[in-house]
Amino acid sequence: MRHVVLGTAVGRAEGPEKVTGAARYAGDHAPAGCAHAWPVAATVPRGRVTAVDAAAALALPGVLAVLTPHNAPRLGPSDDPTLQVLQDAGVPHRGWYVALAVAETPEAARAAASAVVVTYEAAGHDVGFRADHPGAYTPEEANGGHPAHREHGDPDAALAAAAVRVDCSYAVAPLHNHPMEPHAATALWDEAGGHLTVYDSSQGSGPVRAALASLFGLPEDRVTVVSEHVGGGFGCKGTPRPHVVLAVMAARHTGRPVTLALPRRHLPAVVGHRAPTLHRVRLGARSDGTLTALTHEVTTHTSRVREFVEQAAVPGRVMYAVPDSRTTHRVVALDVPTPSWMRAPGEAPGMYALESAMDELADALGIDPVELRVRNEPATEPDSGRPFSSRHLVECLREGADRFGWASLRTPRREGTVLCGTGVAAATYPVLISPSTARAHALADGRFHVEVNATDIGTGARTVLAQVAADALGVPLDAVTVAVGHTGLPSASLAGGSSGTGSWGWAVHDACAALTARMAGRHGPLPGGGLSASADTAGSAGQKSPYSRHAFGAHFADVRVDTVTGEVRVARLLGVFAAGRILNPVTARSQFVGAMVMGVGMALTEHSSVDPVHGDFAESDLASYHVPVHADVPDIEAHWIDEHDKHLNPMGSKGIGEIGIVGTAAAIGNAFRHATGRRLRSLPLTPDRVLDVLA
Amino acid sequence: MKPFAYVRAAGLDEAVAAHARHPGARYLGGGTNLVDLMKLGVESPTALVDISRLPLDGVEELPSGGLRIGAMTRNSDVAAHPAVRARHPVLSQALLAGASGQLRNMATTGGNLLQRTRCSYFQDVSKPCNKREPGTGCGARDGLHRDHAVLGQSERCIATHPSDMAVALAALDADIELYGGDGARTVPAAEFHRLPGDRPEQDTVLRAGEIVTAIVLPAPGRGAVSLYRKARDRASYAFALASVAAVLELDAGRVRRVTLAFGGLAHRPWRATAAETLLVGAEPTPDALRRAVEAELAPARPLRDNGYKVALAANLAVDVLGALAARADGRPRIP
Amino acid sequence: MADGSDPRPDPGAGAVPPGPGGAAAPPASRVTLKVNGTEHDLRLDHRVTLLDALRGHLLLTGAKKGCDHGQCGACTVLADGRRVNSCLLLAVTQDGADITTVEGLGSTAGDLHPLQRAFLERDAFQCGFCTPGQLCSAVGAIAEAAAGHPSHATGADALTDPGPVTLTAEEVRERMSGNLCRCGAYPRIVDAVRDVTA
Repeated sequence: MRHVVLGTAVGRAEGPEKVTGAARYAGDHAPAGCAHAWPVAATVPRGRVTAVDAAAALALPGVLAVLTPHNAPRLGPSDDPTLQVLQDAGVPHRGWYVALAVAETPEAARAAASAVVVTYEAAGHDVGFRADHPGAYTPEEANGGHPAHREHGDPDAALAAAAVRVDCSYAVAPLHNHPMEPHAATALWDEAGGHLTVYDSSQGSGPVRAALASLFGLPEDRVTVVSEHVGGGFGCKGTPRPHVVLAVMAARHTGRPVTLALPRRHLPAVVGHRAPTLHRVRLGARSDGTLTALTHEVTTHTSRVREFVEQAAVPGRVMYAVPDSRTTHRVVALDVPTPSWMRAPGEAPGMYALESAMDELADALGIDPVELRVRNEPATEPDSGRPFSSRHLVECLREGADRFGWASLRTPRREGTVLCGTGVAAATYPVLISPSTARAHALADGRFHVEVNATDIGTGARTVLAQVAADALGVPLDAVTVAVGHTGLPSASLAGGSSGTGSWGWAVHDACAALTARMAGRHGPLPGGGLSASADTAGSAGQKSPYSRHAFGAHFADVRVDTVTGEVRVARLLGVFAAGRILNPVTARSQFVGAMVMGVGMALTEHSSVDPVHGDFAESDLASYHVPVHADVPDIEAHWIDEHDKHLNPMGSKGIGEIGIVGTAAAIGNAFRHATGRRLRSLPLTPDRVLDVLA
Repeated sequence: MKPFAYVRAAGLDEAVAAHARHPGARYLGGGTNLVDLMKLGVESPTALVDISRLPLDGVEELPSGGLRIGAMTRNSDVAAHPAVRARHPVLSQALLAGASGQLRNMATTGGNLLQRTRCSYFQDVSKPCNKREPGTGCGARDGLHRDHAVLGQSERCIATHPSDMAVALAALDADIELYGGDGARTVPAAEFHRLPGDRPEQDTVLRAGEIVTAIVLPAPGRGAVSLYRKARDRASYAFALASVAAVLELDAGRVRRVTLAFGGLAHRPWRATAAETLLVGAEPTPDALRRAVEAELAPARPLRDNGYKVALAANLAVDVLGALAARADGRPRIP
Repeated sequence: MADGSDPRPDPGAGAVPPGPGGAAAPPASRVTLKVNGTEHDLRLDHRVTLLDALRGHLLLTGAKKGCDHGQCGACTVLADGRRVNSCLLLAVTQDGADITTVEGLGSTAGDLHPLQRAFLERDAFQCGFCTPGQLCSAVGAIAEAAAGHPSHATGADALTDPGPVTLTAEEVRERMSGNLCRCGAYPRIVDAVRDVTA
């Protein structure tokens, strides 16, 4: 009998641990004799440290050490310069770490950190981001290896000749990932064996191990990194962050195990943020809605420590059939913290701009915004000309419109002082896959154990990988256990780019298929040690596909605009996604809905600003940076198209962790326009801006 | 956080004495703001005198029809008290519009009054702030001040008072009872908080070592209706961008008595006496309401990024007064 | 009060040994906490919060430190039956208190609390970091509604009715707004809470 486990609703394998408080996160480990570390952040926007006076801090009870740029262990090389902490006196931005206090207790460590006296030589700083900044330049490439600039045909001439044009500018403020678990690490040196063990809050323990090995001059086999449970990441734990380097330094310096949990207020400066983006989008169309020209010009900022370019113009290369187009990025290096990945980097802000502009074009043409998108459906990927492996955007739009009741909600309404309106936007996210390895064991007792250094940051990876394994082995789900989150396991890619299930699942599938083949050739009971098989997908998953592979989706929003207060609230949000085969509808729905919630935040509540004088993010805590709360979130519907795509991986899956945030803000902004007749082109839609535009 | 002594006082006099014995001591109620500020290094008391277990909790119904709310009564218990809900719904509403369920279970009535501004410059010891460290300057004035004051601010300070509850108390003509080394005294709620002037470090008229012991609410006026409304950046668990508390009594379709107070606009709850004066005796038509409210807000001096607060406050006040006028029209609702 | 400086002066050494500079130990007191039914006698530096006492001294790491400032709710526990942010309560102030943490609601070994079962059935979490706080907060919120406590979502008319409050979805959303969830499990959490109150 064939056990159907892929595609079925299965609860999270680690669920019982999580609802009882038994699940251990990086900061929950307390090795015997563990000390506590508290970092000291620079308080000048730029300059250099001229002196660190640790005497007062060291005189406090329970203080073990104060690490400074002068006495901290010297580090080996790292790809990422943000990891080179306490190596020199430079202060590239406010919040850069300049010292670290280590003490017997967290209370003593905090007190010591505030007693460290740092003297600076301040230098002039520039944190003023604007589109016409003289320092703006076109980088070689944007995040994800995308070319910074792409051009087809003659977009300027096509725009000039277009029957209908829109030319609009949009702004997305800096945003912060703020996973509920602040970055934390617990580091232990086994001095006898010269082995380093680190519990780290990370989206990939493999890259953490590689970085630590290089930084501390160790072979990788003398470093173990454990990321068993991770309290969210959304990109800001995608690669190692300074906290883990500091924890290891402190452990080496003091000879004690050390735990370092970042204070929440430090996160904006040291773990990356979504860089602000300024967009100019121009669309040209014939009067029947056929697009003839598209330009999407993005300006963003980066730090002077490391170039990171939010690839926000990239979705324009995929979405619509346009013969003449230009999609381009410019970046300004400022004295700001280093930006990095935040859920759907590129697509999230880029599709806000592009899908808002499409709505403006629909208005200008008098064409229904769903129909406008349908009319511009490309036969092949506009940028590369490659065929799509599968593309069901039109189906998502049609099914979403049906389920939402779109046609009946196209008249804006007023309920007392509240204006009601609806909006739509499309979504897209690429299929990314990385090679991974996995090992499958058939145990003598008839059960199976699968090992893969995947990371479950809340996606349900453990659960889905067990389903993949059970399916490939042809056994019931409860016969399979899966181990993830430990560098002692077969190496695998990090949890990022919505690539986890496809990448890890492929290796798990192949290992299980190999094991099945080995077992098929045997007769009689298994040997006492069982049987094993391994797989490495370097040759298969690493291949460049001849297809353009993307997930697509459509969002429908129903919003309420209070004309008294300027408050905007979402009454209803519905998404339909075409994301390959859905392997577990329970965890998949949670991923889609969760990302849509973050999209509500991007649209309505989340806003960060750089203090012009002091150079830091002013909204640095969770009281001032407004992550949506329960009351902001209506019942959200997520649906999907049954999509069969043979050009992906053995499971037929696309990534689902990020597409939910792509387009959400545009749908909400478009609904705001529908409700009020006014267009707001800056996010978020907070009362100050709303009252201004309604005035 | 620096080490500190801890004293749990068994009585009021003992608390005052302990405070006097420890220079640099602070009284501790629910701790929701003080412990927060100690972690930030904004407050570094040498000693905490824990007054949370003093017998100052509970809501007492007075023979006058008024209510005395003990200063240690938790915010959630005040909001849920049947007499408060029936007689002064504006107070329950204001409390319930603030913070979270957890924080309201912890925060005391006295502590709520004494909470400090959430100005980000005040909370960051590495930045200038005249309120935290007199003479260092105001970082917000030329910095980021979208959330800051538009009324009554000074050159030295543009912070706002964050309490929702205090706005309702200002509109209710509450009295605040204090006790200190010099004995007991009473201060009207509307005069308890100060404008910043040249001494922004001083939030209130509280004297050194004094304890807030109770809040006394007068009996509600005949036919009085009241309402609190707040605008914020997210639907819950956020401080007010602006808020309004109002109590209205009508007589034959005309305003017999009205009290109006704004939150989020100034260094203290802003009692709108100019608007009240214009409205008494008038018919509460939308035009009359807007004229009165705009007269109140005419002295507003917004900065670069907080001008929206003037329009927002005007909208809120007109809306709240209009809703109250519709409800108060004719029949009394208060038992 | 004995000496005016310490409610239960501790004759022993401080909680923290002297530093290299020979600094005196910070002031500490003896604190009795009843946690999940078990009484613990602790000697704690006055600066230790209830959250850090639970996590660092009793090794009950279910309650989480998400912000350490009362802005996220991940540290929510029940103190004498009421939900509180344990990160803002100094442990010394809780002397004699009866504390319930997520570990006290139910365990993997024993019976789960109905709310824990509902969270599992609804997939009301993803990363799980906010979950202990959501659970303790929901237990407290359900009790508050049963006791007739109103919320911001309670209409003006219902405000004068001191009876138990029906937990509509809107009521649950408002009452649970002190517990952030960055994974966005809110709709499922609301469903789970309503499952056990229906």
